[in-house]
Amino acid sequence: MNARMKEILVVAVLTVFCAIMYWGKVDGWMTGFQFSFGLSMTVVILIAVSLLVILYLTLRGKLIGRRVVFLYVGISVTLPFFMSLSQEIKISPEVQTLYEGIAELPPGSVVLTAFDYDPPSAPELQPMAESFFRYCFNNDLKVVVIGLWPQGPQQANIAIEKILLDEAIAAKNLQYGIDYVNLGFQTGNEFVIQRMGSDFKSMFPTDYTGTPYNDLPLVRNIKNFSNIDYGFNLSAGYPGTVEWVQVAVDRYGLKMGAGNTAVQAPQCYPYIRSGQLVGILGGMNGAAEFELMTGTVGKGTKFMLSQSFAHMIVIAFIIIGNVAYFRGGRKQKL
Amino acid sequence: MRREIPLLITGIVGVVFVIQYFIPHWPFNRMNAWFSDWFSIVQACAIWLGALNLIKISIQKIAKKKKDWIYSVVILVFFLLITILGFAEGEEFREPGTGFTWLYEFVYTPLSSTMFAILAFFVASASYRAFRARNLEATLLLAAAFFVMLGRVPIGDVISGFMPQGAQLSNLATWIMTFPQTAGQRAIMIGIALGIVSTSLRIILGIERSHLGGGD
Amino acid sequence: MYPIWFQKRPLFTVLSALTIFLLFFSVSAFAQDNSQIDTTIAVDTTLAEIRIVPPSSVEVSDVGNDAGGSIDIHWQLSPEDQNGGPVISYSVLRAESVDGTLGDFTEIGSVPAGASTYADGNTVDGLKYVYKVAATAASGAVFESGDSIPVSSSAQWFDMRRINVFVGVLLVAGFIVYYIRQAKAGKELFIRKIAGLDAVDEAVGRATEMGKKIFYVPGTQDMDNVQTIAGVTILGRVAEMAAQYETWLEVPVSRSLVLVTAKEMVKEAYSKAGRPDAYHEDQVHYLTDDQFGYAAGVDGMVVREKPATIFYMGAFYAESLILAETGNSIGAIQIAGTGMPSQLPFFVAACDYTLIGEELFAASAYLSREPKQLGSLKGQDMGKAVILIALIVGLLLETFGIWNFSTLFSVIE
Repeated sequence: MNARMKEILVVAVLTVFCAIMYWGKVDGWMTGFQFSFGLSMTVVILIAVSLLVILYLTLRGKLIGRRVVFLYVGISVTLPFFMSLSQEIKISPEVQTLYEGIAELPPGSVVLTAFDYDPPSAPELQPMAESFFRYCFNNDLKVVVIGLWPQGPQQANIAIEKILLDEAIAAKNLQYGIDYVNLGFQTGNEFVIQRMGSDFKSMFPTDYTGTPYNDLPLVRNIKNFSNIDYGFNLSAGYPGTVEWVQVAVDRYGLKMGAGNTAVQAPQCYPYIRSGQLVGILGGMNGAAEFELMTGTVGKGTKFMLSQSFAHMIVIAFIIIGNVAYFRGGRKQKL
Repeated sequence: MRREIPLLITGIVGVVFVIQYFIPHWPFNRMNAWFSDWFSIVQACAIWLGALNLIKISIQKIAKKKKDWIYSVVILVFFLLITILGFAEGEEFREPGTGFTWLYEFVYTPLSSTMFAILAFFVASASYRAFRARNLEATLLLAAAFFVMLGRVPIGDVISGFMPQGAQLSNLATWIMTFPQTAGQRAIMIGIALGIVSTSLRIILGIERSHLGGGD
Repeated sequence: MYPIWFQKRPLFTVLSALTIFLLFFSVSAFAQDNSQIDTTIAVDTTLAEIRIVPPSSVEVSDVGNDAGGSIDIHWQLSPEDQNGGPVISYSVLRAESVDGTLGDFTEIGSVPAGASTYADGNTVDGLKYVYKVAATAASGAVFESGDSIPVSSSAQWFDMRRINVFVGVLLVAGFIVYYIRQAKAGKELFIRKIAGLDAVDEAVGRATEMGKKIFYVPGTQDMDNVQTIAGVTILGRVAEMAAQYETWLEVPVSRSLVLVTAKEMVKEAYSKAGRPDAYHEDQVHYLTDDQFGYAAGVDGMVVREKPATIFYMGAFYAESLILAETGNSIGAIQIAGTGMPSQLPFFVAACDYTLIGEELFAASAYLSREPKQLGSLKGQDMGKAVILIALIVGLLLETFGIWNFSTLFSVIE
């Protein structure tokens, strides 16, 4: 069997597995399953033992290939979904300051949320969006959504639709146009932010459904950033937090917090120290911490176990790689 | 003329953009908006150049039955499918329940997420292969990575739970991210910003013109 | 004995009397009701008449350093404006003042209790306005302040808050222009070795020896990004070498404008190398604007065609490692260059050479060795030296508790 055939076989098996699971979900007999604590611990111990075996093999001079690394990463990300293990999440200072920034807003304050990401980054940023909206709606903050990425406003809608189903929020009977507005996407990257500095309406003459700006009670009186009490940017790249800081914060004095993918976040740390950003939510970790602060358990918290495991696996392989390096007279190439 | 006109446009727009930052008075406050509109228009129209190029190359590949031409068929089919659906469903094409939204949610989203997710695997394999304690600097880097990776996830504090508060991994990670990391980022950012200023100035003054085609 | 009309119509008389009585009764009852309503109002009025001292000292001023069209209003809070006190909000009222004649006051906005400023962003420059502020009590009663002095908005010709940026721009531009002139005058300028750029020859040569393709990825951003311009500039140099060595160069791009520019660039480079016939239209081709769609496309091509050399020069985001690690897996020699700080570690880990930040921008000067370009590099370095000195001075002053120096560099309001 050649490599191509093996790949096809793996894909076929996975497809059949997924189809059965889906059918089970539709038919009602597959309602999700959970490992018991004992089984979870057994799985963890088995993984640890197998890593020790790999370490032993490496010491003996037998190096493992990248596919084995991939396999372990895959296992470490997926298996924790089913495990009954809990871990304590600690709040970092940058999440604390971001929370305090919105917590001091009085009811009725207008919050501008910029959605600058697309579906690939949704696993990290969508939980942030959801808990942010939940907080705003629960505390009677008015939300204005815009997007500098074409898919951003759509992601916002997905989050809002989900949050409006929450019992406490559904009871408030929030009205589109009065309590929240989605102004949609506008092309032009940082130029859009720049134009918003003088006039929102010129950049967003209508909302995403085509309703004229002046027919939306919430935004009718919003001229520029001076009418916005707090800005929150969810960003996965360009245009994103860096551009918002450079234009909306530096030029127009907007008070702003941000949520970034873990890869992007380090780039925005300097802005916290300098006071240009109130705070930052970095990756899944930031999402989980924010959920803890706002008192909800969302995907951020749920997926943190996977993140913990994945980090441990990467660290394990860095150690194994270094063992191979020193064992192989520092010349061995993997 | 083929190069003089673009150089002139670059020069004028560049200078105006610099000036408008310092002069809030009309007409400079508006110029920024005018040029921004122009940029948006040009950028939006230019999308066709790319799309047409993609279609042309794909059709050529299929017609000449070049190697891997079957992938070009996939490109063409999906290109046409999503374009036609988008237009056929009118202004509400992004509303829930439309074919376009279905493709967006169940084809585009999982495919893009899959590509992004590959990053997790590649980070692991690249770290395994390249993260070596070769010398003092690399060893320091390795130690920092170790603390940050453990400290950024809750399990770090489980491991270092017995340590005093300040020495727990999450606090160490925060310290590394806030001080050494930020200092390094700032240094690189200052360098890059100056590089951008200098390159922009060369472009505005017409010293750097190789991007207009051919060098001097 | 009874009056004659009673004797004639006794029933009618009784009924009439009864009706009149009822009428009186009901009227008096209504009157009583009314007096009750009156009393409640009276009570309310007494409540409201616990007079609120209105806001005072309404100060107005044109918003400085702007394009006009806005006026700031500031007032002293009413002394009763305390947490749980009777004041619930302040309304801002405005009237136009034409030749000293005051028009009608209209409400232009309101702010919650506790706020003492309002920005009126809807004024006509040159027209005089008079403002007053009214405190609104919980009962609905309003207590107005006195009128402000007339004020008009205007646009400024220079934003004084940005004077520090202006000085900085002049300084850096001055250095660059000065050193360009020096370089043109024939002064030798030293440029340090950049390993990544020296390796370009070797990388192109290797592809030629192996008879394989060269891939060039000019980032995933548009032409408005300076990094893309730097990437496309280096592409010209690589294309020239590829033309000389007769090696196939393939440039997949993710933006339409980059497609046009890169095509032009490669075509020119082939002519310059004396091989215009070797240039093919489809060497430079567009894939998609979508970030991961592009990464998937390039990865697919890399895996299928196994190029010997891959260049990544420009602005990259999360796709950087996805591209570089795939290139690494097929054993290609890889040279990367980017100004995205967060992607640099990935390139360093997966590529053979990486141009870090400024090195990418210096590439054009380094490769062409043109005096004017080298001069601008030197000017840029002087700018960096000034920043470094400012940093050290600032660090020392802040350490000794002198805070004013850092405010010189502040551009945030």
